[in-house]
Amino acid sequence: MSTTHDTPPASPFGSGPDDADAPTAIESKEDAGLSQGAIVRRKFFRHTGAMVSMIVLGLVALLAFTAQGVGPIPGWWIHNHVSSGPVVNPGGAPTWTLANPFSLGEHPFGQDDIGRDNFARVMKGTQISLMVMVIIGATALVIGTTIGALAGYYRGWLDGLLMRITDGFIIVPTIVVGAILGKLIGGPSFSFFGLPLSSYLAPMLGLVLGGILWTGLARLVRGEFMALREREFVDSARVSGAGDFRIMFTHILPNSVGVIIVNTTLLMSQAIVLETALSFLGFGIRPPQISLGQLINEYQSAFSTRPWLFWWAGLFIIIIALCVNFIGDGLRDAFDPRMKAIPSQRKMDRADRRRAAAGGTTVTAATTASAAEPPDGGSAPSDGDDTRKGEL
Amino acid sequence: MIRFILRRTLSTAVVLLVVTLVLFLLLDTALDYYADLRQSTAPNIGALYEARARLLDLDTPAIIRYFQWLTGAAGCLVGSCDLGTAWVSGQPVTDQLQGAVVNTVKLVTGATLVSILVGVFLGMISALRQYTGFDYFITFVSFLLYSLPVFWVAVLLKQYGAIEFNNFLSDPVVGWVPIIVVSVAAGLIWMGALGGTGRRRLLAFGGATLVTFGTIYYVLASGWLYDPTFGIVGIGVFSLATAVAVTFLSTGLSNRRALWTALTVAVIGIGLYMPLQNLFWYVEMNWLWMFLLALVAVGVGLAVGAAFRGPDPLVSGRTGAITAIVIGVLIFIDRVFQEWGRYGDHPAINQRPIATIGASTPNLTGDFWFVNLDSFTHLLLPSIALVLISIASYTRYTRGSMLEVMNQDYIRTAKAKGLPGRTVVMRHALRNALLPLASIIPVDIITMIGGAVITETIFGWSGMGKLFIDSMNRNELDPIMAYIVITGLLAVVANLVADFLYAVLDPRIRVDA
Repeated sequence: MSTTHDTPPASPFGSGPDDADAPTAIESKEDAGLSQGAIVRRKFFRHTGAMVSMIVLGLVALLAFTAQGVGPIPGWWIHNHVSSGPVVNPGGAPTWTLANPFSLGEHPFGQDDIGRDNFARVMKGTQISLMVMVIIGATALVIGTTIGALAGYYRGWLDGLLMRITDGFIIVPTIVVGAILGKLIGGPSFSFFGLPLSSYLAPMLGLVLGGILWTGLARLVRGEFMALREREFVDSARVSGAGDFRIMFTHILPNSVGVIIVNTTLLMSQAIVLETALSFLGFGIRPPQISLGQLINEYQSAFSTRPWLFWWAGLFIIIIALCVNFIGDGLRDAFDPRMKAIPSQRKMDRADRRRAAAGGTTVTAATTASAAEPPDGGSAPSDGDDTRKGEL
Repeated sequence: MIRFILRRTLSTAVVLLVVTLVLFLLLDTALDYYADLRQSTAPNIGALYEARARLLDLDTPAIIRYFQWLTGAAGCLVGSCDLGTAWVSGQPVTDQLQGAVVNTVKLVTGATLVSILVGVFLGMISALRQYTGFDYFITFVSFLLYSLPVFWVAVLLKQYGAIEFNNFLSDPVVGWVPIIVVSVAAGLIWMGALGGTGRRRLLAFGGATLVTFGTIYYVLASGWLYDPTFGIVGIGVFSLATAVAVTFLSTGLSNRRALWTALTVAVIGIGLYMPLQNLFWYVEMNWLWMFLLALVAVGVGLAVGAAFRGPDPLVSGRTGAITAIVIGVLIFIDRVFQEWGRYGDHPAINQRPIATIGASTPNLTGDFWFVNLDSFTHLLLPSIALVLISIASYTRYTRGSMLEVMNQDYIRTAKAKGLPGRTVVMRHALRNALLPLASIIPVDIITMIGGAVITETIFGWSGMGKLFIDSMNRNELDPIMAYIVITGLLAVVANLVADFLYAVLDPRIRVDA
């Protein structure tokens, strides 16, 4: 993935006379005259999956943080995640009903065996899991970028040393190191400002897991820095007297920001799955604190009697992970200069037809060629989309 | 080359040593050796604490204990392994490991193979149909699978794949609506995968819907689920279909020699069905027999290919050998499922064949086929869980690299000179698209031996991963260290293998650089 970000914005893409197909030609004109950042932003905003995911993730975070409140600020939901109340429906079944009129009732996600409100618990768990995810992402971002930048910029023995350290983290599976560190910080061995460490469990877990997930990012940043430090703009910065750190952080880093953002996002989707998995195994967030994985761990044996306790926590993990993955995918497409915003097959066909109706001669030829392609070729791979393969 | 290997080995050995040292010290702090004594109200609690400290030699500084442990572990290099003991059970770690490794290999082999094959296939089709509904569907599904927490899937599988499915098996009745929905969905998926012009799509949709509907209807109406075997008719149909499909993918149907080879192999397979049943009846089978029979199958395939001669007998032989292996596997599955009725009737099974926990039913004995069926029913759910979560990355990788390859000039050249689509895709594109996977697959396969920690824990599969988690929960240091050393070594080996494989496959890569 050697993306070079200072290519001229209106980069032509193999515009030979034969592959100047109408819709793609329009695409390339659209970017002309825009700055790199504007192109990236525009591509990202056009990525439907990423935009929908941004909105959904924002709504989930908003719901979780307002419902249960943050710290001393109370939320709007009537119950909290620890207090138990009388069980409303038999077994604690969800109280929402479609019966005229639709109403949520007092416990829309149901209650557990001792009457705690499941909605409050899931919201609190979502809060904690989101918080751990962000802390993991931030920690990994800082460590990975620093180590990758130093290794890639200075090379030599420092590179060797840092990369061996990275190898050391890579050769043991993350879940194993995560479990060991999770057990370590959850144990009675440490205390911090007079309180046992376990009362800061969520932020500590985030820091610790961020401290093992940075390796992939460090390797990528190192590669970027190695390639970029040989470029002319680095030389010119150096002859104008810029120091090493200035070159690294104000000249090279902005040019590798695409790789960093994309991989941090993808790393966060890995992070939430890792955190929930560790909490599920009992080495992450532990009761009385809750996270989504810990909720599933607590309720897994109750699945046949109280399935709602299980469904909601899992659903929120999936929503968060899926959204983060889609956002990462959208960012990757947006930052990739080779990636053109290509309309779907259907839109291209429609454009072709419209053009054909308008009487464009060249395009009519292309359309008829693809339509007249013999369907008896046995295998289908080159049907239809053949004419566009060259430009993708 | 030799210098490269030596340098790599030496530096990774140092890294591994440092990692074990750091983790040893961390573990020694993290593990609570007195966990069971903390709640104890025994009058001699002081003595108990002391006894525990003496048992685990806790008065010696951790760093010295590390070197003692390292001396024992280094003995493995000269053949006298001492990886310590799991103090709760008093069992030597080396004994624990043997069973765990075997169990893990049993679990992950099939799952890895299936996910690689299916993942690559889906990724390839998805890339060829880029920006179509099918592509978006596969992309969405792979993202979804990628985001699924395996522990959640596993609990769902236990409920719906085992408990509900066993209920269903005892009374296999399905309403019309689900059957029709499934048939239409299958039709849509096939339509998207096959693509092409409007008429072709319509044909694919209609054909796939009808075939799916017919199959489900037949399976339910004929009571096939009570006796799920193929019989000679089923084997015959599947063999001929396999012959055609394998020829199509491997050489194209226009290569008549390969087609005749595959069809001949299929006929030989059908002819051998009854004799094989007799062989299985009179001779007690084992895996060595199976292996030899598979070799014979490959030999027959190659021989038939050679018999058809032609300018390129190896191509025909390859097609024949692949067909023969597939037919052999079909006959094997058929034989295993002949035990289905007897298996269900067994008092230990009691008509609930799909198991949720463990690697085999305790105290269940029987012949080779019976035991294998038992192991398959136990493998089913954990394998599905593993396949579901690992398939997505292969799909994404293959799709990405396939798209990149399909844009290369040599693909355009191949198309321009009039090669059929199948040849372009299978020979020119797919082989090059699989190249990046050569650096991922060895790592995945070898590190899989480290065990699927979560899956094994949930399904009670006593493999390496569960050994690790159990030892963590029991505060046993030695098995954890052994686990770390083994996974670390495997990861090192895997990366070396991947680098070499890549260098061998791609001449542009130099290793000595």
